[in-house]
Amino acid sequence: MCNQIVGLIQAAIERVGITTVSITLLKEVTEKIAPPRAMFVPYKLGYPLGKPNDPELQKRIIKEALSLLHRNDLPIMTEFKDV
Amino acid sequence: MATFDEMILTHRLFMRGFPFSRYKIDPLPSSPLTKPLSQAKVALITTAGLYLEGQPKFDSSIKLGDSSFREIPRDILTQNLKEGHRSSAFDHRGVRDDKNLVLPLDRFREMVENGEIGSLNHRHFSFMGAIIAPGDLINKTAPQVADLLKSDNVDVAFLTPV
Repeated sequence: MCNQIVGLIQAAIERVGITTVSITLLKEVTEKIAPPRAMFVPYKLGYPLGKPNDPELQKRIIKEALSLLHRNDLPIMTEFKDV
Repeated sequence: MATFDEMILTHRLFMRGFPFSRYKIDPLPSSPLTKPLSQAKVALITTAGLYLEGQPKFDSSIKLGDSSFREIPRDILTQNLKEGHRSSAFDHRGVRDDKNLVLPLDRFREMVENGEIGSLNHRHFSFMGAIIAPGDLINKTAPQVADLLKSDNVDVAFLTPV
């Protein structure tokens, strides 16, 4: 449900003129809600930034998500590849 | 990777039956960033049910979900956040170990220090995402947070589920 609620909050924020990007853990849900910019990450529920106490991985995820902010071919959902 | 197939039966049946398409965002708003990220003010939003000591906990007894939100000041110690999400669909151990897993305040502070991001807003927001009937969220609490961020002149919102 969290992934749906994130999309709904995101839409409300984008609507007032603020650029938004979200992480999603459930592609199946986010495809249906279709928020402006989302990045799917291949982790289990509860782990949107990958791993606890892994600053390097967390930062890679954040940076890749932020790279979507200038895009306006919406809605978009990209996939983060954990190498 | 999280998919419906790996959830326990009751969660899987619920997710398969839930009419997510009813909440498709339409019309789709579009506000692309028009300035470099290095000049942008950023706010973080999570649905992880985080709150601070002294704030009311999220109300897990509301069957259809608690649509309220908590304000998280920028300069708190990230690990002082508490996690009170009612869902049993996810493994809570990660977030209890490191709050940056869901609200990466420390990572964003580092990016501000490095000049990669302009600034962090003085407040961030936490919801508890287990909301089955999101009418109140859509009509009331999400627009409230959007208006607060607008009044703070925030340029970018970064959102995370659990």
